[in-house]
Amino acid sequence: MVPERTVGMTQTLSLLPPQLMTTPPLLTMTGVSRRYGDVVALHDVSALVYPGEVLGIVGESGSGKSTLLRMMNLEDTPDTGDYRLALPDLAGNLFGLDRFARRMLCATRIGIVYQNPHQGLLMQHTSSGNVAERLLIAGERSFASLRARGRTALEASEFPLDRMDARPIELSGGMQQRVQLAKAIALEPALLLLDEPTTGLDVSVQALVLDTLKRLQRDGAITMVIVSHDLGVIRTMADRVMVMRRGRVVEQGLSDQIFQDPQHEYTQQLVHAKL
Amino acid sequence: MSIASLTKAWQPMSYGFLDASAKRELRRKMLKAIAVPGCQMPYASREVPMARGWGTGGLQVTLTLLKPSSVVKVIDQGADDSVNAASIRSFLSKVSGAAETWDTLAASLIQSRHRIPEERLHAGQILVLQVPNPEPLRPVEPNMSVARQMHADADYGRLWLILYEQIVRSGRIMEGAAYPSVVNGRHVMTPSPIPRWDVPKLHMAQHLTFLSAGREKRLYAVPPFTKVEPLVFSDVPFKVEDHGALTCHRSGVSGFYMNEIPQDNGGSAFELSDSHLGIKAIRKAEGEADRIGATWYRNGQLA
Amino acid sequence: MTPVLQVQNLCKHFEMHHLGQRLMAFEGISFDLHAGEFLLLRGPNGVGKSTLLRTLYRSYLPRAGHILYHTTEGRVDLARAADVDIALLRRREIGFVTQFLIARPRVAAEDIVAEPLRRAGVAAADALKEARRWLDEFGVKRDLWRAYPTTFSGGEQQKVNLARALILPQRLLLLDEPTASLDVGARAALVRRLGDLKAQGVAMIGVFHHPGDVADLIDREIELTTSEVCEDVAV
Repeated sequence: MVPERTVGMTQTLSLLPPQLMTTPPLLTMTGVSRRYGDVVALHDVSALVYPGEVLGIVGESGSGKSTLLRMMNLEDTPDTGDYRLALPDLAGNLFGLDRFARRMLCATRIGIVYQNPHQGLLMQHTSSGNVAERLLIAGERSFASLRARGRTALEASEFPLDRMDARPIELSGGMQQRVQLAKAIALEPALLLLDEPTTGLDVSVQALVLDTLKRLQRDGAITMVIVSHDLGVIRTMADRVMVMRRGRVVEQGLSDQIFQDPQHEYTQQLVHAKL
Repeated sequence: MSIASLTKAWQPMSYGFLDASAKRELRRKMLKAIAVPGCQMPYASREVPMARGWGTGGLQVTLTLLKPSSVVKVIDQGADDSVNAASIRSFLSKVSGAAETWDTLAASLIQSRHRIPEERLHAGQILVLQVPNPEPLRPVEPNMSVARQMHADADYGRLWLILYEQIVRSGRIMEGAAYPSVVNGRHVMTPSPIPRWDVPKLHMAQHLTFLSAGREKRLYAVPPFTKVEPLVFSDVPFKVEDHGALTCHRSGVSGFYMNEIPQDNGGSAFELSDSHLGIKAIRKAEGEADRIGATWYRNGQLA
Repeated sequence: MTPVLQVQNLCKHFEMHHLGQRLMAFEGISFDLHAGEFLLLRGPNGVGKSTLLRTLYRSYLPRAGHILYHTTEGRVDLARAADVDIALLRRREIGFVTQFLIARPRVAAEDIVAEPLRRAGVAAADALKEARRWLDEFGVKRDLWRAYPTTFSGGEQQKVNLARALILPQRLLLLDEPTASLDVGARAALVRRLGDLKAQGVAMIGVFHHPGDVADLIDREIELTTSEVCEDVAV
């Protein structure tokens, strides 16, 4: 099944299904719709993410991009739609999973970094403890391994280890994001979700965090979905881009194509509005 | 046939103080608590002639279990003779006709605050522990409805997180009384503020334990032969208080949980926290025929 | 012999919604390209040479026509292939060399160069060794290998870029004025490398300001002629 490419009205070429890519997609989302009262948050959204790929989702606030990411993290259930991850022992529509299975799946196989660290971190606990909690949920019961694995994850997210027992509330925004990242990657998830991970950070700090993400992606071939309204972030990070507007996917394509040859009127506006 | 022959004569008070419907509710909740070991059951905590926070939860469970053939023992921090313990005990016998005792072996029903007797409880005995705060998740989750969901999800990572951070900060686990423990491999409970010394006594015990919080309106149970495992790391073993080598200055008994009594010279003296065990030991030493039952600890080590 | 690439009636125009205008870039482009062949695109400025290269690379979406690319796993129409297939081919078989380097902060020159090899699964140490060899070949000073190219001069950046783009032998190379602003030594290294790749059977299509630089390599030329107004919107 191939998501229909929705492009400008005059676009006549539609793309073929994958022919060379024989690995099945890691993430398959089909026909996801969600209304909140009268507000259409998502309308018939479909997405495919292949292993090792970085999918960028852009759109202005209210476009449904964050809602979609939350669906991917099973924090919300759509009115209709199907969501699958090609992981061992995991069949069927994930939206149909019970609470417990959902929680275990999210804790062990999906990592998420939120824009607001308060959402992703226990601010009153230590940074290493925040990472340890993830491991504890997954059943790690050895103090020494908790310590060692926490250190490894913090190191991978380039967090200064001499501060590993400081509370996130005492740390800078960039450091807090690194703790979130360490927590997200501690269990080596199959899928890493990033919700505006660098929004609100100083430009220089933002570059460093993006660089860490890029390195993680390169070294570990982690599959990522990154949501941002910042086109620069998406351009740096994403292999493919999905453009969303008013809960719909208006265009998707290879990152360089979206930025150099946007087809949809809205995407053109978005790209040209970029400084 | 007259109305009088179908009804009971008026009495100023129901048997066992609580009215029948209150006891029925408690019985149902107690049965539920036994069915789901360690899971907190809400109940409508009734007024009893005692202030909330002084053992009203334990008292309601005890009142529900009482019958004329019961033999009740009430202890407060191990002592049978404290004002609170004595008052509760005499109240219990007054409203039910049950016999009173100080002897752990003789009691059929033991209500306790903060201790489990040192002599092994046997099958058929019921221990009722008074609980001030039944929610082990309260320190990590102030919102109780969220805490309830966390219990449902068996989401106890944050309790371990507290222990993790205690070791990081202090080099050891600082949790003293009320050490969170997993019951039957599923629910984490607060075993009331009993010392760590007493927690292993609940594991696979022969007796039935009820834990009840009157102010918080929650009760839970550890049925006989149920696993009670303190939260521990695989490489940081659970340790009880270091009392094994202490000797009681009154009875000369050693190897049990002690109360520390500060002395004028700045040092400390120790005496048995389980006061009646001390009495028995003294009597025995004086030649009286008093039987000391098998104890959970022998020579300061868990037997 | 089957060609590596068959372009048939390729057509590209740009829809500019805010102007309500359509700009024709080119149409009716057809040609074949065989292994080891070097094709030069010629034509006046603005005729769409770079646009054609980018369309072949699928940075631009063609309007009509076919770009039939023959892989070992069969024939793929690059004009209509799925995005993931294009991404796959870009990783394995199709290279694009421009004069611009997209440097990232805090990534050393040698790591940038080694990246295509790392992606192709070469071990880190081997990739790094190879990267250093090519930095040396293109005349990047040894002191700069571990430095961040964001601070390099344009010429040095371009050398890093070439080393990166040419480190992994491809089957099809698209060259968009790679010699512009290169010094003599680096230009010679580039021509040498292109010659080697050509000898290995790599097919190439290039746009050069001074085709004289690569005169010895050119097998065929295609002259693009102005069809209509032609303008790059993305530049």
